Amino acid sequence: MVSNIFSNIFGASPVRPLQKHMGIVTDCVSQLTPYFEAVLQQDWSQAKSIYKSIRKQEREADKVKKELRMNLPKGMMLPVSRRDLLELLTMQDNVANKAKDIAGLILGRKMQFPEVIRERLLEFVARCINTCEQANTTVNELDELVETGFKGSELQLVEAMIEKLDEIESETDKFQISIRSSLYKIEKDLQPVDVIFLYSIIESVGEVADISQRVGSRLQLLLAR
Amino acid sequence: MEYATIFIALAIIFGLFMAWGIGANDVANAMATSVGSKALTLKQAIIIAAIFEFAGAYLAGGEVTKTIRKGMLDSAMLAGSPDLVVYGMLASLLAAGIWLLIASKMGWPVSTTHSIVGAIVGFAAVGIGVEVVQWGKVGSIVASWVVSPVLSGVIAFLLFMSVQKLILLQPDPLKMARRYVPVYIFAVGFIVTLVTLFKGLKHIGLHTTALQNYSMAVGFGLLISIISIFVIRNIKTDPAADKDFGFTNVEKIFGVLMMVTASAMAFAHGSNDVANAVGPIAAVISISESGALTQKAAMSPWVLVLGGVGIIAGLMMYGRRVIETVGKGITDLTPSRGFAATLAAATTVVIASGTGLPISTTHTLVGAVLGVGFARGIGAVNMRVVRTIFMSWIVTLPAGALLSIMFFFMLKGIFT
Repeated sequence: MVSNIFSNIFGASPVRPLQKHMGIVTDCVSQLTPYFEAVLQQDWSQAKSIYKSIRKQEREADKVKKELRMNLPKGMMLPVSRRDLLELLTMQDNVANKAKDIAGLILGRKMQFPEVIRERLLEFVARCINTCEQANTTVNELDELVETGFKGSELQLVEAMIEKLDEIESETDKFQISIRSSLYKIEKDLQPVDVIFLYSIIESVGEVADISQRVGSRLQLLLAR
Repeated sequence: MEYATIFIALAIIFGLFMAWGIGANDVANAMATSVGSKALTLKQAIIIAAIFEFAGAYLAGGEVTKTIRKGMLDSAMLAGSPDLVVYGMLASLLAAGIWLLIASKMGWPVSTTHSIVGAIVGFAAVGIGVEVVQWGKVGSIVASWVVSPVLSGVIAFLLFMSVQKLILLQPDPLKMARRYVPVYIFAVGFIVTLVTLFKGLKHIGLHTTALQNYSMAVGFGLLISIISIFVIRNIKTDPAADKDFGFTNVEKIFGVLMMVTASAMAFAHGSNDVANAVGPIAAVISISESGALTQKAAMSPWVLVLGGVGIIAGLMMYGRRVIETVGKGITDLTPSRGFAATLAAATTVVIASGTGLPISTTHTLVGAVLGVGFARGIGAVNMRVVRTIFMSWIVTLPAGALLSIMFFFMLKGIFT
């Protein structure tokens, strides 16, 4: 057995795994577009197979998350606060969880969406996925940030990215309001229980964007010294 | 002296055993940051280590050897009992060698320097008398063990800050890297050459004045700096590689710097740590040959060669495997960070060697790594391991001392 204590000083950097995690989360969330397309066409076998793939990626993300946590015991000197880092990780993970919940709920209830909101719903979903993608782009700059010691033009670049993330998220809010008001106008003609779940799904899709934005906010906390 | 030949033979065997241990284990630590940053292949690392460990041992190892050989004991008080010093030095070698062997089997991070100093102080204080130990000198050695990691940490911090300011934070870091890396290389060559020359190369027949020293240091610095400019010019940068990580090409340039710093580190390690094995051998030889303890006795350079050979043997037989593990164990160290840490440690160690202070290379390097860590430069530094390494030196002193006291009385019993 050959071992060397000196090399043990260097823990595994959490940056790459964190970026990998966010990549998986983004892949997972991106599948909501084909999923909603399948649901709107009432193609349940297709929806089910996409749901399974979403679930698989969500689990994959969980695995990376756990591994990262195991590699970050107390007593690690990191370039950023350990607590902020772990919170960022949790937040990233929540985005994937949300996507899985949405897909699961729709599949379980074989939900139908009224004609008037369908088109905007797809746009809304796409925009929420954009939020997640923008969060991913931002997290991808973390290795460059560490390289530059969280200073200079790289820092400004990331701050601009976070600003853009906030912009996209506020756009999704507008979509959400508009879809809800359309639904409100026709809700009397629908089954009350179905309506409740429609609202809930709209809410949840909005939350994908919300949590993605919070990923950005957590990242901003990392930048502040 | 009655058993002179036996004593010399024993000293050489024990000393080679210890030098072998240094090469097998300790060299890997000195090379860790260089191999870990992936700027060097395993083969390159071993070749660099072999050449520069030897060069450091032979060219700059004399001063520390002198300290270990006779700096810690009061020779005037020992003049009447040279045989006790011989037993003690043999016991120290054996004690330190065995302690290192046990420690590396158990995976404890012990310092060769601390073992041998503990062993020598131990046999002298207990076996002969507390008053024969030059406590002032020993005190300054122990103080240097505290100062050296701190100093190298500060240097590493400042070096890394300068890298950030001059290169990484600039709008075109690649261009800046090409411009400044040769400057750093000049600095490495200049410092190492200067310190080596100032402490003297009389033993290879080189007598120089201060002015000559400075001009030779500048000359050597310029030489390797110019070579590096050509090497850097030939590095092919690939803009596509920067897509995923924007500093991939910049780090490639730092790879050239890392090679030079790795050489400096191996040189520094050789210059300081070879003394741990060679110092006691030299003491035994000079006493056995002259039959008395003389402060003036010159040391024959071939003893340094012997130490160098022992280190390389250890490196070739066992150390290369340890270096390989180190390379795999360190996953996220970029050459720019590895360079800052290594150069800081090498500088500190070379200066310590020049002043004749035996310090721990490993601890100095740990200090340097922490310095870069404090500058938010390293992905993750495991502070628990750092604590274990620093704690180990407190344990090593009494352990080395105890073993050497034991062997001292054994040898005394056998030969008298």
